[in-house]
Amino acid sequence: MSSIAVPFDGVPDDAVPSASEAGPAPKRIVVAFCFWIFLLSDIVMFSALFAAYAVIVRATAGGPTGAELFNQVSVAIETACLLASSYTCGLMSLAINARRRAGTYLFAAVTFVLGAAFLALEIREFAGMIASGATPQRSAFLSGFFTLVGCHGLHVAVGLIWLTVMMAQVAIKGFRATVERRLLCFALFWHALDIIWVWLFTIVYLMGVRS
Amino acid sequence: MTEPRYDRAPGESSIPSDMEEGTSGLLIYTIGLVLAVILTATSFWVANTSLLWGPGIPLGLAVLAVAQMGVHLVFFLHITTGSDNTNNVLALAFGVLIVVLVVAGSLVIMYDLNHNMMAPGEMMDMQMQHGTRP
Repeated sequence: MSSIAVPFDGVPDDAVPSASEAGPAPKRIVVAFCFWIFLLSDIVMFSALFAAYAVIVRATAGGPTGAELFNQVSVAIETACLLASSYTCGLMSLAINARRRAGTYLFAAVTFVLGAAFLALEIREFAGMIASGATPQRSAFLSGFFTLVGCHGLHVAVGLIWLTVMMAQVAIKGFRATVERRLLCFALFWHALDIIWVWLFTIVYLMGVRS
Repeated sequence: MTEPRYDRAPGESSIPSDMEEGTSGLLIYTIGLVLAVILTATSFWVANTSLLWGPGIPLGLAVLAVAQMGVHLVFFLHITTGSDNTNNVLALAFGVLIVVLVVAGSLVIMYDLNHNMMAPGEMMDMQMQHGTRP
């Protein structure tokens, strides 16, 4: 009988059945792993938008450039909001694991407020740009910008709706296995959005205001 | 120890579920937050300072972004190099491969296209920036 699993310290290799001998993994692991695959495919989609943006970033067609449009203070506040909401989402996961209902609601509420603040700032930024004539139709650069940043904003909006639904499920159904799996997936989703935002503020905003 | 060796679910920490979990889990997230704040602040400083060599700044920003992505993956998503995390890391590695191929491939092809087929890079930039057709 051969086992491909890596032996633990001090435990003989035969003492622990390998995953293949033990049958299918628990549903919690399968669900989270499959959601992880989905998130990676979502990131691949974002990479296509990033590539398109990088190709057309100079094609401003006589219109405003990134350096003229972007407000770094606003971007810094948005970044702080999203990073803090990622942290409170982690604290919410801890509260869920400890079955603390009050902590779950509290950190979910903070996560929601910070995410909503991020979204409000982004919408205000978009509205200001459109009001000054920098619409998506103005140039290829602006089309790429609104597609890329707007797609991330759309993900955040979906995440906020998802979080609200999950809190309703916790309130009605309690911490049952299905609800916990969904909450685990939500936490993965929210942290992944923050990783995409790291690349967004680096490539679009910080590199944009320099050139 | 007869628990089978399944890989850990992504997003779950390896800490065993006992009374210690609350505090040590909190510590991991807090370390991640502090590191991410430091890296973000450095990024904004690097983008705005005049102390550094200008042409190197985009590369520096990219390095900082990679570092921050690593911090998020390890401290927030708990994707580590542990033996119970192999499936998650392999999936991530495949994702990164596709992302690099898409982004680098697009940039190389479009640069070549502009360079070989149409006009020198500067002239191409001028045309795109001013919206004129040749």
